[in-house]
Amino acid sequence: MRRVAVTGIGAICGIGHNRHEFWSSLRTGASGIAPVREVDMSELRFANGAEVQHYRPADHFSEKQCDFMDRFAQFAVIAAREAAADSGIQWTSELRENSAIVTGSCVGGQATEDQGFQAIYKEGRNRVHPLTIPKTMANAGASHISMELRITGPSFTFSTACASSTHAIGHAFWMVRSGAVDLALAGGSEAPFSFGILRAWEAMRVVSPDTCRPFSKDRTGMILGEGAAMLVLEPLEAALARGAAVYGEIAGFGMSADAAHITQPSPGGAAQAMRMALRDARLNPEQIGYINAHGTGTLANDAAETTAIRQLFGPHAGRLAVSSTKSMHGHGLGAAGAFEASATLLALRHAVLPPTANYREADPDCDLDVIPNVARELAVEYALSNSFAFGGLNAVLAFRAHTT
Amino acid sequence: MSDALTDRVLRVIAATQRLPMESVTPDKSFEELGIDSMDGVNILFALESEFDISIPDEEARGIQTVGAMIEGVRRLADAAPK
Repeated sequence: MRRVAVTGIGAICGIGHNRHEFWSSLRTGASGIAPVREVDMSELRFANGAEVQHYRPADHFSEKQCDFMDRFAQFAVIAAREAAADSGIQWTSELRENSAIVTGSCVGGQATEDQGFQAIYKEGRNRVHPLTIPKTMANAGASHISMELRITGPSFTFSTACASSTHAIGHAFWMVRSGAVDLALAGGSEAPFSFGILRAWEAMRVVSPDTCRPFSKDRTGMILGEGAAMLVLEPLEAALARGAAVYGEIAGFGMSADAAHITQPSPGGAAQAMRMALRDARLNPEQIGYINAHGTGTLANDAAETTAIRQLFGPHAGRLAVSSTKSMHGHGLGAAGAFEASATLLALRHAVLPPTANYREADPDCDLDVIPNVARELAVEYALSNSFAFGGLNAVLAFRAHTT
Repeated sequence: MSDALTDRVLRVIAATQRLPMESVTPDKSFEELGIDSMDGVNILFALESEFDISIPDEEARGIQTVGAMIEGVRRLADAAPK
């Protein structure tokens, strides 16, 4: 089996328009959580989110292109362009045939649908825009990336709520590792800031009225985020042969289902997914030095995730560094796993672990070393990135630092 | 104490949870009735519609019994403009 390297990263989200800004924010612990501007929040129980700041579609796309793309698909293409350029890959027609695109999205283009439904239900119009379907479909991100980069290999989309892009990256990793494809662009994108979608999140009573404070005793819930992140995956040997810069390796991937409750997290399912990722990577728990946690900032998740980590890692849990970067880029839903895989790879590459921002007070139910508020300079060889979705569908990636 | 408001809250909880009316009494805890956090959110939603009130998250968070839910709703319903 091949080893799989990540040679390109693209990111656009609440803490940066590209991977440089993204990393600079993570490293300095700068949160992108702020009052939402795209939607009138005056009637909602929460006001804050992690929006892409000052986003102007015209900076990236022609008017005609914008007509065909929901915001979530635009983000997907912007991140894919950046990742592909970063990798320095030279496209040939053969490589285009042997490259995969695997994306994740939770709500897809529901914002477009929301507008269309508002027109018929509220404004009494008798039709919706003819592009509503192609703009709404969750695979639109993958489709637009394929057209943009003229990649003709296997392309598809996962929609497993908050684990979508971790499932996407994991399956892309398996395809490159097995030799099914020679390259993959994998990640996720999301743009949930639309009134109807926000109302639905409000009704679940899981969104914080102020900010996201993962693992902090005074945490009050999650904060929604938007954007996209994409990775370029290729065989390590091929990457080194062409002299590419390597961020790190994907070493393993694990999945599980809680089979318990549609929204409440179960420590057993989370621990099982981490165990499967370690098994796939042929690692012992003691080899892991850092976990980029799912860490949503809800009461339930952070306590359950702590229990899961303690269950699996035993005494080593006390020596692990764990942080939730959702405290900065928000919960990107279907893009979350891709933000966090990117954060983890950049952390390994720079030997700096990003902090858990907005942290205030230790919680006995979350008694891990959560890197409170300030990044830590620490070289780590192996790391995990956790994604635990509503519906109890869990996905975990294992990464290995690349040393030259 | 039995009154019209109590009966309405009990009815909403029973209907939302698909429980027989007689099993939902003010002395029961949510745990006894098998009401988990997502069920709780569903009940809040139904009570908000029934009484035309808005139940803030902070008020709702500590409520673990049917009796506390009745008293919480009474407070908000009394405060609501008539």
